[in-house]
Amino acid sequence: MSPLVSFRRVSARLGHKDILHDLSFDLAAGETLVLLGRSGSGKTTALKMVNGLLLPSAGEVLIECVSTTAWDLIRLRRRIGYVIQEAGLFPHFTVAANVGLVPRLEGSPSRDIDRRVQDLLTQIGLPPAQFATRYPRELSGGQRQRVGIARALAANPPFLLLDEPFGALDPVTRVELQHMFIDLRDTLGKTALLVTHDVREALLLGNRIGVLHNGRLVFLGGRSEFLKAQDEEVRAFHTCLEETWKDSI
Amino acid sequence: MSSMLAQDIFDLTLEHLYLVGVSMSIAAALAIPVGILLTRRRFLQGWVLGFANVMQTVPSLALFGFLIPLPFLGGIGKHTAIVALVLYALLPILRNTLTGILGVDPTVRESAIAMGMTGRQLLLEVELPLATRTILAGLRIATVTTIGTATIAAAIGGGGLGVFIFRGLASVDTTLLLAGAVPAAFIAVAADRGLEWLEQKLSPV
Repeated sequence: MSPLVSFRRVSARLGHKDILHDLSFDLAAGETLVLLGRSGSGKTTALKMVNGLLLPSAGEVLIECVSTTAWDLIRLRRRIGYVIQEAGLFPHFTVAANVGLVPRLEGSPSRDIDRRVQDLLTQIGLPPAQFATRYPRELSGGQRQRVGIARALAANPPFLLLDEPFGALDPVTRVELQHMFIDLRDTLGKTALLVTHDVREALLLGNRIGVLHNGRLVFLGGRSEFLKAQDEEVRAFHTCLEETWKDSI
Repeated sequence: MSSMLAQDIFDLTLEHLYLVGVSMSIAAALAIPVGILLTRRRFLQGWVLGFANVMQTVPSLALFGFLIPLPFLGGIGKHTAIVALVLYALLPILRNTLTGILGVDPTVRESAIAMGMTGRQLLLEVELPLATRTILAGLRIATVTTIGTATIAAAIGGGGLGVFIFRGLASVDTTLLLAGAVPAAFIAVAADRGLEWLEQKLSPV
């Protein structure tokens, strides 16, 4: 089966700065790949290349075997669920309007949208009777992020992009949402590319982990390979794990 | 005598409102779309804002005077006054439209684009609604200023409440001065309150 997403020797330049250098990897349908890296490692840039928010300065990004430069970007983006830190909800839309946005843009009948929104809100644990008519400012950070996830799922896209989706949450809420995400992803069979700087999140959510360092992919492999890898940057992330473990004794 | 004065106040107030209403409608119809365009074509910002800025700095009496000899735009009468008032009102509306739209939270704009909104949908569904408050504030500032500046229109035969003020000045008649100044001040306060209410009412957040 051909990969859903394929980076072929992708480089990105912003001004005189190389953000990504010669990045190549594939993402198969049904898998979750986590890109792990420090701030400024280029992981968000890589993510934005997938839905054409950024285009490569060299190489190409193929989605379903078609280069992002050849895709109708509006159509491509509506096929990809997008979740960012702080959710990026529309402050002037109710929860229901936020969740129903992409189906509405796609011209679904409003009765179908209503039903879809109800189902999704129930699925993410926000009872529609109580939450549908609220505005984002009337929600907690965790609730907003749940709505962000529901919105990304609304048009039933095969593929999700998540940029530090749980980064701004308190640790307890973060773990709750991580598990909710795993459940949803597995029940709905979504493919996902997730970006994080949290090594534990990478190990929890990723089928495979890619480590970006200064715009280069220095490691790509499964969990156990990750834990055995000897690359300097990967070992720097190992240290985070050991440090936490030492603390907890 | 006093009933004649009352009738004059009423007529000139209407004329004043007409001057302000027409000028503000034209200024808004020009400045809001141009302001939107400037958010899309950043390189034009310097030129357009520069022009509007210079217009604002020309003393108002002089601007009315400069316009008189110009063909089409100038001459004596209401339309010259309206041209001058429009030129004055442009800057606050333009600047607030620009600030309002550019002030939309970048993460909100980015997620709108990432959700697959077209440029038009982004503008109409996200940027303009979220900028409404700022744009209306610009309109409010421009309107209140225009109500005051419009009194000078009488100097070039534009009519309005300025007629009383200039007549009062010429004949050193305080009653006439007040007959022009007090209604103008009332209109300004009413417009300020009214537009403030509208701002609250229309603001989506």
